[in-house]
Amino acid sequence: MARMKFLCDADRCIECNACVTACKNEHDVPWGINRRRVVTINDGKPGERSVTMACMHCTDAPCAAVCPVDCFYTTADAVVLHSKDLCIGCGYCFYACPFGAPQYPRTSNFGSRGKMDKCTFCAGGPEADSTEVEYAKYGANRLAEGKLPLCAEMCSTKSLLAGDGEIIAAIYKERVTQRGYGSGAWGWQTAYRETITV
Amino acid sequence: MQVLKRICPIGPVLAAIVLAFGLTVAPAGAQEGPSGSNPTAQSVNEQQLLQELNKIQGRVTIPDARAATLEQPRGRDFREYREGALPWIGGIAVLGIILLLAVFYFIRGRIRMRSPEAGVKVLRFNAVERLTHWVTATAFIVLAITGLNFIFGKRLLMPLIGPDAFSVWSQWSKYAHDFFSWAFILGIVVMTVLWVWDNLPDRYDGHWLRVGGGMFDKSNRTHPPAARFNAGQKLIFWSVIIGGIALTVSGLFLLFPFTYADVNGMQLAQTIHATVGVLMVAVIIAHIYIGTLGMEGAYEAMGSGTVDLNWAKEHHSVWVEKQGAKTEPAPEPSAPRPAE
Repeated sequence: MARMKFLCDADRCIECNACVTACKNEHDVPWGINRRRVVTINDGKPGERSVTMACMHCTDAPCAAVCPVDCFYTTADAVVLHSKDLCIGCGYCFYACPFGAPQYPRTSNFGSRGKMDKCTFCAGGPEADSTEVEYAKYGANRLAEGKLPLCAEMCSTKSLLAGDGEIIAAIYKERVTQRGYGSGAWGWQTAYRETITV
Repeated sequence: MQVLKRICPIGPVLAAIVLAFGLTVAPAGAQEGPSGSNPTAQSVNEQQLLQELNKIQGRVTIPDARAATLEQPRGRDFREYREGALPWIGGIAVLGIILLLAVFYFIRGRIRMRSPEAGVKVLRFNAVERLTHWVTATAFIVLAITGLNFIFGKRLLMPLIGPDAFSVWSQWSKYAHDFFSWAFILGIVVMTVLWVWDNLPDRYDGHWLRVGGGMFDKSNRTHPPAARFNAGQKLIFWSVIIGGIALTVSGLFLLFPFTYADVNGMQLAQTIHATVGVLMVAVIIAHIYIGTLGMEGAYEAMGSGTVDLNWAKEHHSVWVEKQGAKTEPAPEPSAPRPAE
């Protein structure tokens, strides 16, 4: 089985937000929830970089560790998913997540924030694959159809890569060797405890 | 954008030139490889940003300001504490105090009254005081059980009842925790007003603490003088007030997420809340012990509000004298009373 990962080549990201839009549309993500977002660092200054970020599907995921009801699980593809039936909306996963991935439908109401929602790597949830129930709770299950996450598929500059970690790392390495520079795989050290050395 | 606008009038021509030039240049650049211009030389660097602030902050085009934090590896520390140290601190504090109390009970036994009951009752806590105590106590017990569930539930209860039932229970405990907190906060506030004067340190406290309140004297002969509250009770009072304030403040941060703090502030609030919470549970277990099983006559004070005169003389001699002075004009206490 593959070890699924995301990789954002920040030297290619043009902050077009197509990944964000693709994700929102594909999964019918409610208003106010952003499973993916583009963050621009040093905006308007020399050396500015944009990075698209969602759940990185960490190795030994911190969200899963702190969850008081253990609602997270990791698939055979190393995708970190959770059960909205078990989630109690406590918000601890957001505190633990290094990437700000978990989202909640409500912000306050005495902290009753509703069921957490986050990027599923287009792999749905614990319900049966590609069912309506699964779609309503977690969005499309593209992985079950043999497809990769839509955000990466839609990326116009192929900045965002999604797929087996070794393959996307090889693609990135090749790019860096060819063009002679690369600002690294953002978030990899934090998420996977390893980075790509070129 | 400004540059583009200025160029606009001659846009098409210039664009064509730039495009043509760009296209001829591109392959040459690619052939040059590493020796060509390096756009990352002055670009932002992940490692450097993380080393500077342990956090990467940027700008987003969505209204959710929290999304502007690209990375905050401090979440790892939050996790380390919550899953590493906290269960140990909580477990040792709660089981430790129970063990200590058990040892204390087997060595010292129940602290009994030395003299027989006088049969005369003295009012120790009036109705308002008792109501405040029991509202706070009930709220605290609910908060303690539902709070401990956040740490130990998945370790102890979930394996027994399964994930689905445990999730339902946890969902309701969370609601209970959120709403009972207000009763607890109110209780702490009223309690402070009611009892703060009687809990200020006085000249009897030093001696009381030196002899350990007579608690460790198996002969039960040591009964250091104390006013309305002895030094031990004062310690409980101040732990409840200080702990209660810490729990209230950190709890309000958690009840209104991201209203008063960013993600790192929320982590700190949760860490403080959980740590103070488990320590408070330990303190209150000791308080419950000494107020019920641990000492004869203690429960009545908060149960019915009255205590036996001789109990009061043994445990709160200075207070009884003062009370006596207040009520002396009417020498009622020694008058025979109908049997109860």
